[in-house]
Amino acid sequence: MSATARINATVRRVPGWVLYVVGAAYAGWLFYLGATGGLGVEPIEALEHRYGKIAFQLILVGLAVTPLRQHLGLNLMCWRRAIGVLAFFFVLAHFLVWAVLDVQQISAMWADIVKRPYVTIGMVGFLCLIPLGLTSNNWSVRKMGAAAWRKLHRLVYPAAVLGAVHWVWLARGFQLEPLIYLAVTLTLLATRFRTQKARVA
Amino acid sequence: MARRYQSKLTWDDVTPEHLYLNRRQIMAGTGALLGAGLIGGQAQAQDLEPNTWEAITTYNNYYEFGTGKDDPSRNAHTLTTSPWSIEVDGMVDNPGTYSFEDIMDGMTVEERIYRFRCVEAWSMVIPWNGFELADLLDRIGVQDGARYVAFETANRPDEMPGVRVPVLDWPYREGLRLDEARHPLTLMATGIYGREIPNQNGAPIRLVVPWKYGFKSIKSIVRITLTDEEPYTSWNAANPREYGFYSNVNPEVDHPRWSQASERVIGGGLFARREPTLMMNGYEEEVASLYEGMDLQANF
Repeated sequence: MSATARINATVRRVPGWVLYVVGAAYAGWLFYLGATGGLGVEPIEALEHRYGKIAFQLILVGLAVTPLRQHLGLNLMCWRRAIGVLAFFFVLAHFLVWAVLDVQQISAMWADIVKRPYVTIGMVGFLCLIPLGLTSNNWSVRKMGAAAWRKLHRLVYPAAVLGAVHWVWLARGFQLEPLIYLAVTLTLLATRFRTQKARVA
Repeated sequence: MARRYQSKLTWDDVTPEHLYLNRRQIMAGTGALLGAGLIGGQAQAQDLEPNTWEAITTYNNYYEFGTGKDDPSRNAHTLTTSPWSIEVDGMVDNPGTYSFEDIMDGMTVEERIYRFRCVEAWSMVIPWNGFELADLLDRIGVQDGARYVAFETANRPDEMPGVRVPVLDWPYREGLRLDEARHPLTLMATGIYGREIPNQNGAPIRLVVPWKYGFKSIKSIVRITLTDEEPYTSWNAANPREYGFYSNVNPEVDHPRWSQASERVIGGGLFARREPTLMMNGYEEEVASLYEGMDLQANF
């Protein structure tokens, strides 16, 4: 059995709820570390950045599911919903740490959202993901119809780009890491659009 | 002439070494942490509780060693700080290469417990050891007509992994107006908590200007130049809209990307409340005269 086939078989055997448990436990573990000094002397920023980065990585993994299957025959399809829901969960955690522990005031939050472009686009990206989080269940797919559901879930494309720009914009000076993430995001989206075009033609 | 600025604090007020190395020590409120004659108002009303050695030496911005807050403490051990020398040039009577020992010879090292406010809206309280820059300026002989002091950090790709990435246009450079440089609060720091200053904090010698955002307090200085023109300063050159030449701490002038009205005091943990940022970082009474008649919104 090839490595790809072995991975595919494993993915089929491990149900999605295992990923939810692992993801939630990891988020809780990071929070515990933050509260007990394990994230360094400035845990608020550390936790905010960790949650945000994990959310972004999960969005990228979610976007990679289709190209991985098409180009490498690697099938993570039955994990895709769990990956997407966990990404939303970590974005929500990132937002809550920002709102409750970092900014601490509704008025200051609103001022930041209105005045600071990197916060504005982060918020827009978050808003894009809310309907996706709410409709990530079989009932919604049936109710909406598969075509409409798929169309709605294309909101993850702008959300991914907004998330990447949010990070690039936040960095001081010329920093490589966020730019690498932006490049990966654009590459993943480009493969997707190329495939779609090819299909239409 | 040293000791222009007198602090009532002594080493008895600072956390004893055996305690600060282990845990955060609550300072008893002495109510008079900053000096008597020069100081009053806000600064005096506050009880300054120095951060722990751990906080001061593991949460650093020193991009020559990486942009992560813990990068400097992990990477800066490669910096050779001995021997060290400083090139002194420009409009001075005594230009030349001064060894670290030459510079320290005859200088009065004092303890100064200062607030430290980063432009990123976090702050600490740091017990520095150092001498007044004014004393060094007297030694090198500032010529008439000089109006600014320019500083430069070491730029060593072999020892500083961060300078291989063009985060800024290396070497890091900073500058002060001559009257700011001569102000008694302006310190050349060589120690923290009575110990040698660690590499990640700018060993062996750095500037400390407590009423300005932290990036003005340039680290690991290798060059000092007296000039009659406003010198190149790194962050200002990288983004003049965000970082002015003065960069005085001012809660009323926001950074374009975030508010400067409040700050996160390091050491309070995950549930720490933000504190309001003080004008000139709490040193307004001491330094306001430097900026009399100046529009601080325009000259940020």
